[in-house]
Amino acid sequence: MNMLKKLLVLLVVLTAPSLAMAQPANPAPTPVTKEVAAPVVATPAAVTPVSPATEAAPAAAAAPKSMDGSLPGYTPMRPDYKNSVGMPKPKEIDFQEQFSDNGQYAKWINNTVLLPIITIISLFVLGLLFMVILRFNRRANPVPSKTTHNTFIEVVWTLVPVLILLGIAYPSLDLLAKQFKPAPANAVTIKATGYQWYWGFTYPDHGGFEVVSNMLKEEGDVAKGERFRTENDGPKLMASDNRMVVPAGVPLRIQTTAADVIHAFAVPSLWFKLDAVPGRLNEKSLTITKPGVYFGQCSELCGARHAFMPIVVEALPPEKFAAWVKAQGGTMPGATKPAPAAAAPAGENVAAPLAPAGAATPIDTVAAPVAAPTK
Amino acid sequence: MTTIAATGTDLHAHDHHDADHKPGFFARWFMSTNHKDIGTLYLIFAICAGIIGGGISGLMRLELAAPGIQYLQGWASMMAGKEASLDEAYHMWNVLITAHGLIMVFFMVMPALIGGFGNWFVPLMIGAPDMAFPRMNNISFWLTVVAFIMLLGSSFVPGGTGLGAGTGWTVYAPLSTSGSVGPAVDMAIFSLHLAGAASILGAINFITTIFNMRAPGMTLHKMPLFVWSVLVTAFLLLLALPVLAAAITMLLVDRNFGGAFFDASAGGDPVLYQHLFWFFGHPEVYIMILPGFGIISQIVATFSRKPVFGYLGMAYAMVAIGVVGFVVWAHHMFTTGMSVDMKMYFTAATMVIAVPTGIKIFSWIATMWGGSVSFKTPMVWAMGFIFMFTVGGVTGVVLANGGLDDNLHDTYYVVAHFHYVLSLGAVFSLFAGFYYWFGKMSGRHLNEFLGHLHFWIFFIGVNVLFFPMHFLGNSGMPRRYPDYPEAFAYWNGVASFGYAIMAVGVLIFFVNVIWSLVAGRRAEDNYWGEGATTLEWTLTSPPPYHQFETLPVIK
Repeated sequence: MNMLKKLLVLLVVLTAPSLAMAQPANPAPTPVTKEVAAPVVATPAAVTPVSPATEAAPAAAAAPKSMDGSLPGYTPMRPDYKNSVGMPKPKEIDFQEQFSDNGQYAKWINNTVLLPIITIISLFVLGLLFMVILRFNRRANPVPSKTTHNTFIEVVWTLVPVLILLGIAYPSLDLLAKQFKPAPANAVTIKATGYQWYWGFTYPDHGGFEVVSNMLKEEGDVAKGERFRTENDGPKLMASDNRMVVPAGVPLRIQTTAADVIHAFAVPSLWFKLDAVPGRLNEKSLTITKPGVYFGQCSELCGARHAFMPIVVEALPPEKFAAWVKAQGGTMPGATKPAPAAAAPAGENVAAPLAPAGAATPIDTVAAPVAAPTK
Repeated sequence: MTTIAATGTDLHAHDHHDADHKPGFFARWFMSTNHKDIGTLYLIFAICAGIIGGGISGLMRLELAAPGIQYLQGWASMMAGKEASLDEAYHMWNVLITAHGLIMVFFMVMPALIGGFGNWFVPLMIGAPDMAFPRMNNISFWLTVVAFIMLLGSSFVPGGTGLGAGTGWTVYAPLSTSGSVGPAVDMAIFSLHLAGAASILGAINFITTIFNMRAPGMTLHKMPLFVWSVLVTAFLLLLALPVLAAAITMLLVDRNFGGAFFDASAGGDPVLYQHLFWFFGHPEVYIMILPGFGIISQIVATFSRKPVFGYLGMAYAMVAIGVVGFVVWAHHMFTTGMSVDMKMYFTAATMVIAVPTGIKIFSWIATMWGGSVSFKTPMVWAMGFIFMFTVGGVTGVVLANGGLDDNLHDTYYVVAHFHYVLSLGAVFSLFAGFYYWFGKMSGRHLNEFLGHLHFWIFFIGVNVLFFPMHFLGNSGMPRRYPDYPEAFAYWNGVASFGYAIMAVGVLIFFVNVIWSLVAGRRAEDNYWGEGATTLEWTLTSPPPYHQFETLPVIK
């Protein structure tokens, strides 16, 4: 039982070091404490109470004057449809084009290392089956052999897969090490909070404002005067009213948490997926290599409208990002912090904590009343 | 009485033999203690559940055939008996995916493989007169039935946004606790409790039977591989299901009695639930596939007219898969925010499973190699299994890489992977076993031509159905979505078309079964010939009501 021994040895080697299971997830204080620089400039239209369980998250109800999501000094970037940047391509069989170094590395590992290996293995097995059909059918081979053992070949088909797996493990573990490289101290922190069923993006380094992001509905599905999706916003079901704007080429520290149930923050073109778990603050670093709009969708079943809370990341050159932060009433790190209330510019349409408390929310998330867009 | 095993009893003779004395209809089918009758009940039950679970997937493919919400609102209105809102329609979707998953896992694959074929053939193959605990066997079955009724019933009571439990088959907290008010999720949890209890009782029964009731001379290392597979499966059930029971009981406490195991705002942790669930859930996937491995081993040896190549390696590969299956669970949780060390460990440990699985694949091929293979219906299903399981297995190696899973997790790539190992793996082994043993169980032959036709149509259908899901997953389509962006339309349309092809195949299967039961050729004792060497082929088809009253002696 040579091969069994080898199996066992391998098992022991692989399992021993980390059987002790500690889960060192950073314990978040309370899941949805919001560092709110709540600039509340209410207009009557916006104070419409929203019944949380049944109606859309409030930002959609609070019709912004700007119908395209623009702010002074910021116009949402039009997605690159031509090259399908940051979005799925019709009839595509491959991964989306990657816009982070780790994403490119991961895609390379899959397409250059794993895909050929698994294709060859599958075809090898298929080929052997065809050989059996051709050579060992009852007509071609009426008298079966009585061979039932061959130690050499059994050792071979145990050892060769082990070697192949070791070959896969090397880049695979290397990728993990790269993905877990902590963000540098000066990285830009963005906290994504999942709500039923929308996202909130908080910028703790920039004054702590929160951008609330709802899916944009189609023209026929909204009340008159309300903002609906246009081609500038993104593909159907993937566009949101307020994007998560980040600087490109700069290390980001993405944190995720959730207010009610588990959600997952996922952007396929950045090879990024991290669950948003109530009571936990998950964190991963990410550097987006190119300015652009990158679309993602919630990736953990979170209830009825799970399919309708997209994630839109807009990566801007740093100076444009700074302008966006200013338009949000935030501050760039290093600049003197204005008093929160003074930070609200007239054109504000996104900045308040808009969380309605879902009827079934474990943690009471009722926040300040809806912020109001005025122009 | 001494020659029953050798000569069998002609069922249709007018002089009833003692060994063939059957109780009346009600006593026989509702108070059954006979392993073959209970096996038959399990198979009938699994077919019914499979029709329902498969029908639900048909509804899902219909809705997903094109972007937009086409039918959901209508179905939700039908269920509720009043005009359903869009949110209720979306909730209905979650109810469908939940029901499809739970039904196929707990009420189709497990009852068919373990309850059906396990009950029928473990005693026959080890030369035992019956199972060790016949009455416990009976309650195992009826608990499963009650569990199924509970699960179906849960779709008609409130479960949060709409009717039914919409938590996914994984029942993750807090969606299943604070996220789903109403009794539906409680009912679904009770259903799992009952199904779990039934399986634990069944597992105890199998372990006791296999350890204590083997015929003289049948050592563990002489047992047919199907019996080995059920033995390993029974141990997995025995060790894994109590953990599930604990986890879902904690859900009940959180839901109804102010508990906070998984409630972050009171010091609990939602991720704890996932650890508990997958500590059960990963062995569960081996519970679904190992008996299939056993069936394939029997069939490949029979139709190659050759003993299984590397018998001990095959048996202990299953043991290894079972053992390693308990230490890889968190690869289902790569995106929950675990540390790099944990992720590396679970990546490496998961890949290890490919080694014993590879041993099995190559040993099956080596069994055929040099054999004199006849391609009867069970054999083509077995060969289809070997190839499709390989395809599903290698995508498992891709998903094992924690770094790659950051993109693929919870996408259709995962859906493609687990349908290749289950829908094309476990289900192929089910059909293979059904075609292999149907004559033994019913005394009638299935039609070969219809069997081959069923195979080819089903094979093409499931591949057209599931292969494009790899592409959808690659380009980022998340699971459990009732609607999707335009870009995913093409492959979703192809997949739905594949479902239709597959459905035609299933229809042919039912035609075949009904035709054979009515007019099928009568089956001889050993209708597969010299390659079929296990003990069930020494009996008549169908076997006498009580077999092996004098134990066979194995040399």
